[in-house]
Amino acid sequence: MNLRKRTFDAVVVGAGGGGLRAALQLAVADLKVAVVSKVFPTRSHTVAAQGGINAALGNVTPDNWYWHMYDTVKGSDYLGDQDAIEFMCRAAAQTVYELEHYGLPFSRLDDGRIYQRPFGGQSTHLGQGQATRTCAAADRTGHAMLHTLYQQNIRARTHFFDEFFAVDLIKDAEGYVLGVLAIEIETGEPLLIEARATLLATGGAARIYRTSTNALINTGDGLAMALRAGIPLQDMEFFQFHPTGIAGVGCLISEAARGEGGYLINARGERFMERYAPKARDLASRDVVSRAIVTEIREGRGCGPKGDHVLLRLDHLGAERIDSRLPGARDLARRFAHVDPVHQPIPVFPTAHYMMGGIPTNRFGQVVTPTATGPEEPVPGLYAVGECACVSVHGANRLGGNSLLDIVVFGRAAGSHMIEYLRENPFPRPIPASATEPALERLARWERPAGDERIPAIRDEMQRVMEDRCGVFRTGAEMQAGIAEIRSLRERLARATLTDRSRIFNTARIEALELENMLEIALATIVSAAAREESRGAHSRVDFPARDDDRWLRHSLYFLEGSRLDYKPVRLKPLTVESFPPVPRSY
Amino acid sequence: MPVRLSVYRYDPESGADPRMQEYVLDMDPEGKMLLDAILYLKDRDPTLAVRRSCREGVCGSDAMNINGRNGLACITPLAGLEQPIELRPLPGLPVIRDLVVDLSPFYRQYRAVKPWLINHDPEPEIERLQTPEERQALDGLYECILCACCSTACPSFWWNPDRFLGPAALLQAWRFLADSRDQAADERLDELNDPYRLFRCHSIMNCIDVCPKGLNPALAIGRIKGLLVKRSV
Repeated sequence: MNLRKRTFDAVVVGAGGGGLRAALQLAVADLKVAVVSKVFPTRSHTVAAQGGINAALGNVTPDNWYWHMYDTVKGSDYLGDQDAIEFMCRAAAQTVYELEHYGLPFSRLDDGRIYQRPFGGQSTHLGQGQATRTCAAADRTGHAMLHTLYQQNIRARTHFFDEFFAVDLIKDAEGYVLGVLAIEIETGEPLLIEARATLLATGGAARIYRTSTNALINTGDGLAMALRAGIPLQDMEFFQFHPTGIAGVGCLISEAARGEGGYLINARGERFMERYAPKARDLASRDVVSRAIVTEIREGRGCGPKGDHVLLRLDHLGAERIDSRLPGARDLARRFAHVDPVHQPIPVFPTAHYMMGGIPTNRFGQVVTPTATGPEEPVPGLYAVGECACVSVHGANRLGGNSLLDIVVFGRAAGSHMIEYLRENPFPRPIPASATEPALERLARWERPAGDERIPAIRDEMQRVMEDRCGVFRTGAEMQAGIAEIRSLRERLARATLTDRSRIFNTARIEALELENMLEIALATIVSAAAREESRGAHSRVDFPARDDDRWLRHSLYFLEGSRLDYKPVRLKPLTVESFPPVPRSY
Repeated sequence: MPVRLSVYRYDPESGADPRMQEYVLDMDPEGKMLLDAILYLKDRDPTLAVRRSCREGVCGSDAMNINGRNGLACITPLAGLEQPIELRPLPGLPVIRDLVVDLSPFYRQYRAVKPWLINHDPEPEIERLQTPEERQALDGLYECILCACCSTACPSFWWNPDRFLGPAALLQAWRFLADSRDQAADERLDELNDPYRLFRCHSIMNCIDVCPKGLNPALAIGRIKGLLVKRSV
């Protein structure tokens, strides 16, 4: 078969903030870089990030990267790797300034500096006061960032493969990653993109849940590509449920709403967060607030005729503040909840939002995996950043405002490291003919009839299983049932046939490939969750309600083959400062 | 109450001409958006090609012509639409399949305005300062989601998609001209000062009418023209 091939120095899969920041680093270093994205770059899900990006600029109140580091370690419920966290928090200010220099239209303070707002889990003086650390462009920070980074990439002449769907990584026998096989959605033609370094920046997978704040494209494609290449996924049991998705719809109301002074009430009109987090109240960490909401509802204090949500009040802020600081939230509430937050509270419910786990990497973005020769070695030529990666700065629970930071800090770091790697590896390795076979077979499978199962039915069922069996509160029995159900869905998928096998812009084929990916992520999530017999961060076990540092202060690694689990230690030693030892966590 | 749709179908591989296909969907439109109906349909007729992503009006994927007017399916309430709801691809661009158009002419014009900040000063160690008032000048500009509703509603863009920049690109041209941090006003104006690139705008105002984000490209175009006049005197 005559497979089309293009050759670059580096290929980036995914055109969100992480991928674009890395691509920019490579392009300005005069390397030939291609970005492969299944959607036009500004449609990537970074565009939906609202509240902001954390950096201890100290523009509003005195601040310090060390305090930010403390908050991030505590927020992670001590599962975050402290070397990576120190690196990120130290790099934050410089990275934000750089974005500003690129043109990002941050909101401004009266003195002309970048506007910052309070966000959940952010403190001064190691837990004493509330910090004002989250840099924002109104409540459209992700949109502003994504467009700015795309603009800079056009300036730097990055090559874009828009609407190309990456199918699989290409590897040789020695384990070097040599690029990706993609299909051009418009023509249905496969394309081999050869590169000496490959970066996965494909984002999250919260579409494995029925109600999700995520875009429909968030199907975890890069994670499944890594799994199929023999790479494990780390800490997949830690899935963040954002406290304030619009009830029944899922669209996100930013944490900025509470940062600007909004608060939650139950059916009795009580500010119930005072009972769960006496100090931080509505600005406690997201896992804490989500559990509180679900507990209120389970104990019969939910709002509405079915008592199935709580209310987010903003009306006391006034129209002017809402329009200048939360215009996007007002717009979403009006459209999707049919309430105007200037006058009425917004019905909210915890909604699948963010995957703390992902492809294991070190702080240079290199994908690392256990090998026969050692506990952990980089996979040559492969990098990952952003939500699809697990570096791990978020540990068991991510703080609001740390994901936009994660993508630009590690996007930049990965880009820099790739430049070095490319200098040390100046010549492409040959691609053996057999290396593309698995990817081509993955495509060919969908050209053959296999049975009468249908893709949408399996997808809906998977989303229901994940929501019912692996949500905010979890039990071993529920999850074991869920594992069996996901496995049987995998078998059903093997019997599914694509009814439309046309070539041109066949989105049914793309959705089939996405569902294959999602089912693997769903299984990785629920298998990892069932094994972890403790409660930590976003992983709350009713049957194991306490954190158990003796047994479980460790990262899980899930391998595709036989759904095998392995574990590795948490890196408690930071780069230069003293370690923050695990202590009980309260807000 | 069922939802009735009449959808533009074009399958380039079949050799058949484009046609409108009627669908009756057994779903309750109450509280739903048009995209919900399209996804419901897509699950039942997987051959329908449509772009979609964020489903909340921020990514700009699902722009289409809805009952004769360009808009985003995901933020168009289903209940308010006259039935059968006629769905067509964005006008004026080549159709790839069904509701999917080739947006490359639109993106080319976006790139042509150099939509990035140009500042020749050495970078300060902190952020460049900008007063809240200077920053406010960017409101109503930076929020553009590049959905192409405006440019594909513009008759001037239909006639000259290669030479007229179109409202979306011109809005972005103004976004950088209006930025107190940008230093390339003269170069930008030199490139805009052209009978086609800018001056094909005849103030038809369709762009304002259809923008799903409530932005005003016509006003931005007027501002650019104003700057050109000011510069020439």
